[in-house]
Amino acid sequence: MDKLVTRVGVLFVVALLAFVAMVLGVDQAFSVHMGIACVAALIAMAVSMNKFDFLTQRFPVLSGPSVASRYDDDPIRWGVIATMFWGIAGFLVGLIIALQLAFPLLNLNLEYTTFGRLRPLHTSAVIFAFGGNALIATSFYVVQRTCRARLAFPGLARFVFWGYQLFIVLAATGYLMGVTEAKEYAEPEWYVDIWLTIVWVSYLAVFVGTLVKRKEPHIYVANWFYLAFIITVAMLHLVNNLSMPVSLFGSKSYSAFAGVQDALTQWWYGHNAVGFFLTAGFLAMMYYFVPKQAERPVYSYRLSIVHFWSLIFLYIWAGPHHLHYTALPDWAQTLGMVFSIVLWMPSWGGMINGLMTLNGAWDKIRTDPIIRMMVMALAFYGMSTFEGPMLSIKAVNSLSHYTDWTIGHVHSGALGWNGMITFACLYYLFPRLWGRSRMYSLRMINWHFWLSTIGIVFYASAMWVAGIMQGLMWREYGADGYLVYSFAETVAAMFPMYVIRAFGGLLYLCGALIMVYNVWMTVAGRLRDEKAMTETPHNPDADRPYVAVPAE
Amino acid sequence: MNYNDLRHFADSWGLVAMGMIFLVLVAWPFRKGASGRNHDAAHIIFRDDDDDQKQTD
Amino acid sequence: MTSDTKTGMFSHKKLERNVTLLGLCALGAVAIGGIVEIAPLFWIDSTVEKVEGMRPYTPLELTGRNIYMREGCYVCHSQMIRPFRDEVERYGAYSLAAESMFDHPFQWGSKRTGPDLARVGGRYSDEWHRAHLKDPRSVVPESIMPPYAFLAERSVKAGDMSAHLAALSRVGVPYTDAAIKAADADLMAQADPNADGAALKQRYPKAQVRDFDGNPAKVTEMDAVVAYLQMLGTLVDRQKAQAHEQPR
Repeated sequence: MDKLVTRVGVLFVVALLAFVAMVLGVDQAFSVHMGIACVAALIAMAVSMNKFDFLTQRFPVLSGPSVASRYDDDPIRWGVIATMFWGIAGFLVGLIIALQLAFPLLNLNLEYTTFGRLRPLHTSAVIFAFGGNALIATSFYVVQRTCRARLAFPGLARFVFWGYQLFIVLAATGYLMGVTEAKEYAEPEWYVDIWLTIVWVSYLAVFVGTLVKRKEPHIYVANWFYLAFIITVAMLHLVNNLSMPVSLFGSKSYSAFAGVQDALTQWWYGHNAVGFFLTAGFLAMMYYFVPKQAERPVYSYRLSIVHFWSLIFLYIWAGPHHLHYTALPDWAQTLGMVFSIVLWMPSWGGMINGLMTLNGAWDKIRTDPIIRMMVMALAFYGMSTFEGPMLSIKAVNSLSHYTDWTIGHVHSGALGWNGMITFACLYYLFPRLWGRSRMYSLRMINWHFWLSTIGIVFYASAMWVAGIMQGLMWREYGADGYLVYSFAETVAAMFPMYVIRAFGGLLYLCGALIMVYNVWMTVAGRLRDEKAMTETPHNPDADRPYVAVPAE
Repeated sequence: MNYNDLRHFADSWGLVAMGMIFLVLVAWPFRKGASGRNHDAAHIIFRDDDDDQKQTD
Repeated sequence: MTSDTKTGMFSHKKLERNVTLLGLCALGAVAIGGIVEIAPLFWIDSTVEKVEGMRPYTPLELTGRNIYMREGCYVCHSQMIRPFRDEVERYGAYSLAAESMFDHPFQWGSKRTGPDLARVGGRYSDEWHRAHLKDPRSVVPESIMPPYAFLAERSVKAGDMSAHLAALSRVGVPYTDAAIKAADADLMAQADPNADGAALKQRYPKAQVRDFDGNPAKVTEMDAVVAYLQMLGTLVDRQKAQAHEQPR
């Protein structure tokens, strides 16, 4: 009872402070944000007072009461649903801004819907909302099962989930209102950054706390990747977002660093948001879910250890390749290039480790669409971690930098690797978290697989052509010694590529929508009556297959 | 210390030290006696008895 | 479980079983790269070359720059000309580190969906900028830039410019106390052709004083953005810039 009183008291004080800040706010956006925070605190207070677990009582399906588990799975169930929700939102905004580049009328002549404000909304929604929720949910799932222990600090784990959603809402509404630090992928302003820091430290506490109380002496390698991801993101976030607020009651702040120092800090952050958020964290998912789905241990556990140390050590150096030929000192550019190229090795080591886990079970690619997705994710991981080092070579970068080639590279990694592996893990998780025997429909997973794959092919090839064409047109000289193309002409030349890219994005979004339907029916407890994925051709008279099936 | 000193260090001893550390790290999991534990560790994920839902506590 | 024997004093096994140690080693591994690459930039003098002409932004330019960031212009426009023949001929002399030494944050950008803006100052008339910002396709038919007509209607919020300059001076931008004190007045004066701009010009050499938005009745966000665009790349005389290479 005392605990409850304390909690309600703290939440009341938070709500009060947020209200005061709202009234004192020097700009409208800050007041709106404090209003959101105040409402969030009041809701949390009401929920605590009534001891009314709103979600689970109103929507019993969310808690899956039929599932008897030794583990604390509620925050994971919410997490996978949030992942789906933010994924659709992020893909949709991505499609809209892709269309805006082809048809600028779609900016709608409103300040809230211009490309400049929607683009950070898209990147943050897919990286931090979709990817972040997937990482938090899967890490809570994996750490409990590999440690054979329930989550430490269950209350804090729920705070992590809801606190992270509040962070996303504050960041997203901020972008629409033009609240931004104007540093890519680190756009949220100072007070949102502080809030994320609190949530992130809580996340670290829950994760490490669970590791500490584990019953399994060895810490499974997936947890190493999760741990490195959490720690490194904390470090990057804290350093890159150091800034000086103009007022304690206003949204605006100025970065602590300037010019070249700020540029390198930003790309040290930016590249390792890729390296640790989108790579280390997702590799953790790979190291648990691929072996589980394939029902065989990881190909080489040794390789996974080498993979871990070399990946985390090398990745952090690669940031300066975003600043080739800029005013950044040459030595830093060279370091960035060398480490980026060396990084190819651990990246492919990890990919091989994942793919070879299927050694002896390659037939599953044919029979199991989830495995098929995982293999495609690893293939795209391999492709983009080859393309990345190549683009970091200064000579290549001089052509590719500032062009759409970079955009294509990012998306073959994000859509192919992060998206596909997340979908595969979600397909693994949904039936288990809700106690269903399988997903509603395996054939729909197959549809999702093909729509995504073809969508990515359209996207990436359009951007390759666009990027190389742009790079070549910008530097083309005529026989007279003058530049051949004006900038406007190069913009016009991009039009067909931008349309094809948007079409690829549309296919990808359609695949995800099929997934939503499939997930919805699975959670509702339905099983689709459908033909099996593969039919082994057999001789009905002899009652045996035509083709000999290998014993194992 | 200026840029040139730093450059010289990075080109010589710094490079050697980093190379050595890397080799040691790579050699580490391949040392004798590790394979049993590695095999064991790789199978942790299959020892989880709560894997399928039918489990009763 | 296999029976574990002690394998020497330095064993990966310890690491595999100790969360704290694993966490610390991981932090150590990821900290090295950042420290080696970023820290020297703050103490190696030659990182930012000495040039003449750099000064902090005027309050009006700063307001324009904040609007530039608010609207996310940096996602499509770079402000960093690389030292290639085509870029120098297209956009002007290549950018120096010193030219963004007062940029909190930097706005070098990463993508050129639109052209580089590092030296756009003085290339077009104010009138062109106004028409272009209100309806980009009225002056560049191929453009895919969003329209920003609302800038011309909205007055700049004066009143707290001193706080902005003070915040910047706290992170190292050399605004004098007088400049901080006069910030609001300077903001208004720069967009007002009738005001006495002498004090402003003395504080901010090369500051351009005029009515940028073609509407003398009020100081709008259009004034601020155009003032910012018109000063980009105009401070350092690149003919006079010192050779970057050290004499041997």
